[in-house]
Amino acid sequence: MGELLEVRDLVKHFPVTRGVAFRRTVGRVRAVDGVSFSLRAGETLGVVGESGCGKSTLAQVLMRLEPPTSGTALFEGEPVFSLRGAALRRWRRDMQIVLQDPYTSLNPRMTVGDIVGEPFEIHPEVAPRGSRAGRVRELLDVVGLNPEHINRYPHQFSGGQRQRIGIARALALRPKVIVCDEPVSALDVSIQAQVMNLLAELQGEFGLAYVFIAHDLSVVRHLSDRVAVMYLGKIVEIGTEEEIYEHPTHPYTQALLSAVPVADPTLRGRRDVIRLTGDVPSPLTPPTGCRFRTRCWKAQDVCATDEPALLTRIGTHPSACHFAEERHII
Amino acid sequence: MTDQLATTLVAERPRGLFGDAWHALRRRPLFWVSVSLIGLVLLMAAFPGLFSSADPNAADLSRSRGAPSARAWFGYDNQGYDVYARVVHGARASIVVGLLSTLGVVLVGATIGMLAGFYGGRLDAVVSRIADVFVGVPFVLGAIVILTTLNAGGDAGPARIVAQVVLSISVLSWPVAMRIMRSTAIAAKQQDYVKAARALGASSRRIIGKHLLPNCVAPVLVYSTIALGAFIGAEATLSYLGIGLRQPVVSWGVMINSAKDYLRVAPHALLFPAGFLTATVLAFVMLGDAVREALDPKLR
Amino acid sequence: MLLEVEDLHVEFRTRDGVARVLNGVGYHVSAGETVAVLGESGSGKSVTAQAIMGILDTPPAFVTRGSVRFRGEELLTASPERRRAIRAEGVAMIFQDALSALNPVFTVGFQIEEQLRLRRGMSRADARARAIELLDLVRIPAARQRVREYPHQFSGGMRQRAMIAMALALDPEVLIADEPTTALDVTVQAQIMDLLAEVQRERRMGLVLITHDLGVVAEVADRIVVMYAGRIVEQADAVSLFRAPGHPYTAALMRSLPRLDAKGAALETIRGLPPSLLRIPSGCPFHPRCPRAEDVCAARVPPDVPLGPGRSSACHFAEEVVGG
Repeated sequence: MGELLEVRDLVKHFPVTRGVAFRRTVGRVRAVDGVSFSLRAGETLGVVGESGCGKSTLAQVLMRLEPPTSGTALFEGEPVFSLRGAALRRWRRDMQIVLQDPYTSLNPRMTVGDIVGEPFEIHPEVAPRGSRAGRVRELLDVVGLNPEHINRYPHQFSGGQRQRIGIARALALRPKVIVCDEPVSALDVSIQAQVMNLLAELQGEFGLAYVFIAHDLSVVRHLSDRVAVMYLGKIVEIGTEEEIYEHPTHPYTQALLSAVPVADPTLRGRRDVIRLTGDVPSPLTPPTGCRFRTRCWKAQDVCATDEPALLTRIGTHPSACHFAEERHII
Repeated sequence: MTDQLATTLVAERPRGLFGDAWHALRRRPLFWVSVSLIGLVLLMAAFPGLFSSADPNAADLSRSRGAPSARAWFGYDNQGYDVYARVVHGARASIVVGLLSTLGVVLVGATIGMLAGFYGGRLDAVVSRIADVFVGVPFVLGAIVILTTLNAGGDAGPARIVAQVVLSISVLSWPVAMRIMRSTAIAAKQQDYVKAARALGASSRRIIGKHLLPNCVAPVLVYSTIALGAFIGAEATLSYLGIGLRQPVVSWGVMINSAKDYLRVAPHALLFPAGFLTATVLAFVMLGDAVREALDPKLR
Repeated sequence: MLLEVEDLHVEFRTRDGVARVLNGVGYHVSAGETVAVLGESGSGKSVTAQAIMGILDTPPAFVTRGSVRFRGEELLTASPERRRAIRAEGVAMIFQDALSALNPVFTVGFQIEEQLRLRRGMSRADARARAIELLDLVRIPAARQRVREYPHQFSGGMRQRAMIAMALALDPEVLIADEPTTALDVTVQAQIMDLLAEVQRERRMGLVLITHDLGVVAEVADRIVVMYAGRIVEQADAVSLFRAPGHPYTAALMRSLPRLDAKGAALETIRGLPPSLLRIPSGCPFHPRCPRAEDVCAARVPPDVPLGPGRSSACHFAEEVVGG
């Protein structure tokens, strides 16, 4: 399978301005600061990181909801960020998004039929008018909702069902890629499993590729073929699910894995405990050199001066640490 | 937990926001009182003949300042006009001014507010500053300036007189509607469903029409109900000052204006139109309050 | 036993009907013990805590039956003054959202000092010194400076620490923590859980940890109380519960969890949705979603079946479930 999506040096800075009449920029939030990765057809790339690491901004920029500051993204070899007009509309059919909050991601004034049918109204060439109601019913059925509920409003559904509606909407145009931005983090445990299984089924059925963004490492592992770990706007480590979880080499990945509570009381006191101190620094003024050095137990002088590149130093996958070293955590 | 519980409970009910609001409104006596009052006044404005067969423009100086009687329930004013007939017929001008001003204010204000809120940036900055300028002008002062300028044109027909008053109220009040719409549009535009629509490739026009408008009407609706009452009051104020409506137009404000000099000798000529005016304004304000409470569950 | 809850019933009277939020909840906490109350949204885990603290809003919430005792003293019928005293010094509570639990217009130090001066009659200077000690204790760096800062100047993790410091100010014997780490990032969550565990150990406090996270429960709890639809469906010590759950709901919950240490196949799911509290199913509330439900489950509310010391399950087939 070839590369479906190829992202190179993506940067998104948000200017911080002061003043009303005479705006001046007093700083820049470096939400995404040089991110590169590729996505193959039919695979899932998991993106994990804590709040403020830029993973949601990455989704917005990839979906062209926010313009990038710099960088390129090629979709099937075509540059995405320069698409305009009809070409942009055509491309949108190939890439869709599922958002986190099942309560705000559906327009409360529209019926489920209108919500799931909206993609066909925007892209009328996909389905002739007469066939749309049938297509909407089919989609509801595919995501496990009763097609008879087509005339109901979002508030008549539970959180999990609403997330299914959002998935049906994203699926309507038969995209090749769906960006899932924390699709299950607002759901209860028992409902989360249902939605994750649905996403896995749909992937098999429609050959979808996912960019699966989440903060929950177990959820990401469950669905991903490859995983990127983000910290303060940068990917610090990227590899296959097995490489990241079984052979992590970046200290941040190791700390992250160590911090996840494991549902097995017999492991208490027997796990490798790494406790980071402090909070994530502000993306407005990230540390020089390696951004993780302020919380890293391995940090040395070189970390403050030289930014480590994302390179394969040891093992089989790239990691952005001068002192990359495998450590088994789980 | 209480919130989560509330959402599970809400999810039970198969009603939309307006269905919900109606459900809440139906049980409020205040709502019914204001609605019946408004209904009565609207009926008066539409079909004055139903209430009075007397000619509101028949002046007879021989019955000047006549007290209320069985023939003329509200008595006669200084010119010998039947006060009851004029109160009934005056409803139309007051309501028309109120309705048209509200329409103007809401259409202009809400449209500009929606565009400013949605597009933001420079457009928003410019429009907001202009609105600030209008807000800075005291209403009465502004109206006096506008109306004396317009009135300088000389004698005008009833339609032109009404249009001038509507224009001055609209010009001075649109920034309020604009600000309300702008802030609700800004809030709505950040909702995830708007993001989802943009990701689908929806045009700005579609996003405004299908996603923002239906979710932004509620606050403007509340404002326009209260504004309608306020504009009827504003008409009376301007007419009282002699720059608003005037003969040959009959309105409550015009009546109060012409009765003000004879308050001691013929108080009825002022009290009846003033009473109707107050009751109508109050009814709209109460209705607005009731609608706001019904639309905003947090106040419940 | 420090804190005992018995047969607690709470209902919410809403305009759509009466929601039976708690239907006979009972658990207890001893000194030095960590009890985790596990449940999904709507299970009643937080309402129980609020009923214990006496901070439910009435209306809509009404406690219709039951008992809450602190050191044997009944709280539900106690005078408001007595309850306030116990709330300050006997049982303290921390919340998920520290930003809204702290008053934004006062400094963090002032909010800690206020209690000390009011309840302990401390002088301004003593209270300030104690507040700095407390912030130090919860590992807020530069406590001497930060005591003068406002909640919004603290990061999420620091705010949670400040709230813990505030709750500890009057040396409570029981601390109720309602989803204390849910809003936090995983590395910060680990820090806060470590801190809570340490404070609890040192002070021999009773800790009631309310959470939906099975991982957190497994790492810190001595005993676990599993709630579903306003009832306790299972109580057990942590090790036995994770080794062999005694209620089909607990078992299903564990199987629906994705694992960190292995990439599994499809997750097992619990069919359907949690019930509406306005219409709780007859008999066992879990029966419409239960894979092993039989006729009896819809007909009769299952009793608490004892499954060994300190262990029980409200399932007609508890023994078979725990046996696998």
